[in-house]
Amino acid sequence: MPAPHTRVAPGSLDDEIENEMTTTKETYLSLYRTMVRIRRCEEQLARSYAAGTITGACHTYVGEEGVATGVCAHLRDDDAVFSTHRGHGHALAKGVPPRELVAELFGRVTGCSGGRGGSMHLFAPEVGMMGTSGIVGPCILQATGAGYSFQLRETDNVGVAFFGDGAVGNGAFHEGINLATIWDLPVLFICENNMYATEVAFSSSARNTDVAGRAAGYGLHAEAVDGNDVIAVYEAAGMAVERARQGGGPSLIECRTYRTRPHAEGMRDGGYRSQEEIDSWKARDPIEVFHRRLLDDGDIADTELQAIDAEIVDEIQQAVSFANDSPWPDPATVADHVYREVGA
Amino acid sequence: MASREITYTEAAREALTTAMEEDETIFVLGEGIGERGGNFNTTLGLYERFGPRRLRDTPICERGFVGLCTGAAMTGTRPVVDFMFIDFILDSVGELTNQIAKIQYMSGGRLKMPVLLRGCVGIGGGHATHHSGSYYPLFVNVPGFRVVVPTTPYDAKGLMATALRSDDPVLYLEHKSLLNVKGEVPEQDYQIPFGEARVCREGTDVTIVAIGPLVAKSVEAAGRLADEGISVEVIDPRTLAPLDLDTVLTSLRKTGKLLVADESFGPCGVGAEIAAQVMEQGFDDLGAPVRRLNGVHAPTPYSPPLEAAVSPSVDQVVVAVRDLAAE
Repeated sequence: MPAPHTRVAPGSLDDEIENEMTTTKETYLSLYRTMVRIRRCEEQLARSYAAGTITGACHTYVGEEGVATGVCAHLRDDDAVFSTHRGHGHALAKGVPPRELVAELFGRVTGCSGGRGGSMHLFAPEVGMMGTSGIVGPCILQATGAGYSFQLRETDNVGVAFFGDGAVGNGAFHEGINLATIWDLPVLFICENNMYATEVAFSSSARNTDVAGRAAGYGLHAEAVDGNDVIAVYEAAGMAVERARQGGGPSLIECRTYRTRPHAEGMRDGGYRSQEEIDSWKARDPIEVFHRRLLDDGDIADTELQAIDAEIVDEIQQAVSFANDSPWPDPATVADHVYREVGA
Repeated sequence: MASREITYTEAAREALTTAMEEDETIFVLGEGIGERGGNFNTTLGLYERFGPRRLRDTPICERGFVGLCTGAAMTGTRPVVDFMFIDFILDSVGELTNQIAKIQYMSGGRLKMPVLLRGCVGIGGGHATHHSGSYYPLFVNVPGFRVVVPTTPYDAKGLMATALRSDDPVLYLEHKSLLNVKGEVPEQDYQIPFGEARVCREGTDVTIVAIGPLVAKSVEAAGRLADEGISVEVIDPRTLAPLDLDTVLTSLRKTGKLLVADESFGPCGVGAEIAAQVMEQGFDDLGAPVRRLNGVHAPTPYSPPLEAAVSPSVDQVVVAVRDLAAE
């Protein structure tokens, strides 16, 4: 792989950031809690889909939890995340309460998009979740635009785009990364390379499957990390976020990971990947890997992790009850918010 | 109100300048709109006043910078996209229809979408088919957009001022035959509300709803028709979304006959929409079927005689009104 291009001279900004980064026990527990929250929530949504409570497309994030968790741990509510069709994990990691996510997929008025969006249109601007999208690519451009806003308004916020390897062959990848780089915008481009765009292998979509290596062609910082290692993601994202906040420009982080469930719930999962491949990635489950590591490190007791597990099980059960008890949206409101001004 | 004669482009630029002075979150993106001041002088002199972050020259990547403006509008700034020729907007149609138009709705009104999309439309000057389109029926069809088609310097300034204070996405479309037209424009800032048509000439026999360059052509035709004893009322809707149908219906109660004159394409076009709405809401006032006069349903050719043949002429307006009056 070509060496990632570095614009900041060694010994300056990047070294300062690295020296200041500390990871506490609380951070580890928080990362664990977020990953388990995403997993348990996704498993519940999959069951609800199978039961017919959820309709349309439901793309789960199972197996990729380390990416959203490691990145969003560095973000504040006023940092802006833009995501894809596989966005439940990003929403939860950015702070959308599980009950608002579950209620949205149940089509209830208490959902984060008031029942207008479902799985692919999750909006919670109050916590900086600026939307997931059913179209591959626009999130890259919109995160770039958030970076433009933050630079113009002279804040220290960052815009973050999460997208898959499927977006890498799309023009938005080229255009967004180029614009962010030429104007030094505070943006993180997080490529979740799970090796398949729906059911088309990335290796058949790109001659060069080294996504991070493409950064050299644009001139921005880039790094490839093991996306199933939440700490690797956390550390790379921490550098990139801090660099962006301090005016050091955008970064591309390629997180190599894998979704272990079908592209969408209810879809046949055969014909494009082998069971051996799926099993090999399940053996590297990001939550199990992290769980083992925490216990091996010795600072954290199994009982602490069990307490989190129990807390999350309870939280998801409550989310389902909340969603089931919530009212449907009023059909009389169906055309509200098409326009902002009164008298549309 | 102190006023003087300035061009359509200068009038719009005054409104932009004032708005940029008042609102530091406004920035303009486009090709050659920085130091150069815009291919059509839309931003002349603004780079020196507001600097490179607020007057930003872009690479040629319409999809990219329209998508960028979507995210910017969601995070507290007010982007202006200067497309130069509006034909270039077509590279960004996915960002417009799937993102910009839908985000306020999908977010339950929690996100605003204050994006102004401006560009030069229409046939003329031998620009041929990639620099002569209008396309506004596409955007009128999509819920979420405001579509503005000013025809005078006065309206250009007032509608630009309104567009720069709208929290909805606005397409502001400037016909190339109008850019250097001069007219009386007040020096101070003023706004013209969207959805208010202007009656350009009063008459009693036939109503013409005219769009863009067809307004001036229809007024000229009305002058000729007056000599024949046919009294024509000409209405400029000024905005196509929202559309001021009330002014049309009021006129129709007087005249009973309606022609919609529009350079853009006929099928599923603005004339078709106005005709349908008039039939739904003003059928009893119609003394004859609604007529449409549109540009030829073909790409725009280059050669002068061919180009002249695709856009409706004053003569064609005269003939259409004469036929309608005789029914």
